Amino acid sequence: MLTSAFYLIAFITIFFAIMVVASRNPIHSVLYLVLTFFCISAMYIFMLDATFVGMVNVIVYAGAIMVLFLYVLMMMNLNSDAEPKKSNLFKICAVISGGMLLLLIVAALQDAHLVNQTGSVVTSEKIGSIKVLGNVLYTQYQLPFEIASVLFLIAMIGSVILGKKDTSSQTIGHEILK
Amino acid sequence: MAEIFKLVPVEHFVYLCSVLFVIGVVGVLTRRNAIIIFMSVELMLNAVNLLLVSFSAYHHDPAGQIFVFFIMAVAAAEVAVGLAIITMIYRNTHSVDIDQMSRLKH
Repeated sequence: MLTSAFYLIAFITIFFAIMVVASRNPIHSVLYLVLTFFCISAMYIFMLDATFVGMVNVIVYAGAIMVLFLYVLMMMNLNSDAEPKKSNLFKICAVISGGMLLLLIVAALQDAHLVNQTGSVVTSEKIGSIKVLGNVLYTQYQLPFEIASVLFLIAMIGSVILGKKDTSSQTIGHEILK
Repeated sequence: MAEIFKLVPVEHFVYLCSVLFVIGVVGVLTRRNAIIIFMSVELMLNAVNLLLVSFSAYHHDPAGQIFVFFIMAVAAAEVAVGLAIITMIYRNTHSVDIDQMSRLKH
């Protein structure tokens, strides 16, 4: 039961991921990407016992980041005609090189010797639970956690400065790009 | 070790993540819309996240899931700044075609 569910979710995920790249309309791409993220979250929650990561994946990725993408796409009013087509030869070359990359990864992993060792933090509880994850995050990984908040502050200031309508720099940009 | 690894070998998770990552790479190579290229990068990041969580469950070590949180934080910051840059470019050129951006060279 669990085995067939794994393969079913895996194939649905791959199908949606291909549709993200293949569909011509950018809005459809965003919606297929949301579905891909839902499938990956289902994998976290039902297969890998990582309940909290799965919920955060739905809230942050499918909920916040993808809505941001959708907002920007709606603001720009792009449709399928807006994107000029690349030549077919270029696409075939890209797909062949991607396939060769996949072949390389799979061939390299054939010889991989996977050892089943337990990690540094040994608990009898399920490791995906909020209790265990919070305990590790606020003790062992406290400094990276604080640095991540500084990163968010920098990103916020940067996007506000970039998005601000600056009349002088805009005219200069027009002159350069014309 | 989670129960799933008694039924499905961990190699199959690795193959699934490799396929998702390669689809992201092909998306970056084939598309010209800058926003779709961004979305393909997100797909690649999610493939790596799935790999980290599956090995975290395999080794029964929560550190992998902590790394996933940090990757999500960096991805959110990256998307905020990147979409601001794309909006800025669109405001100036009225296009998100990446071939137009090669003008930055001159």
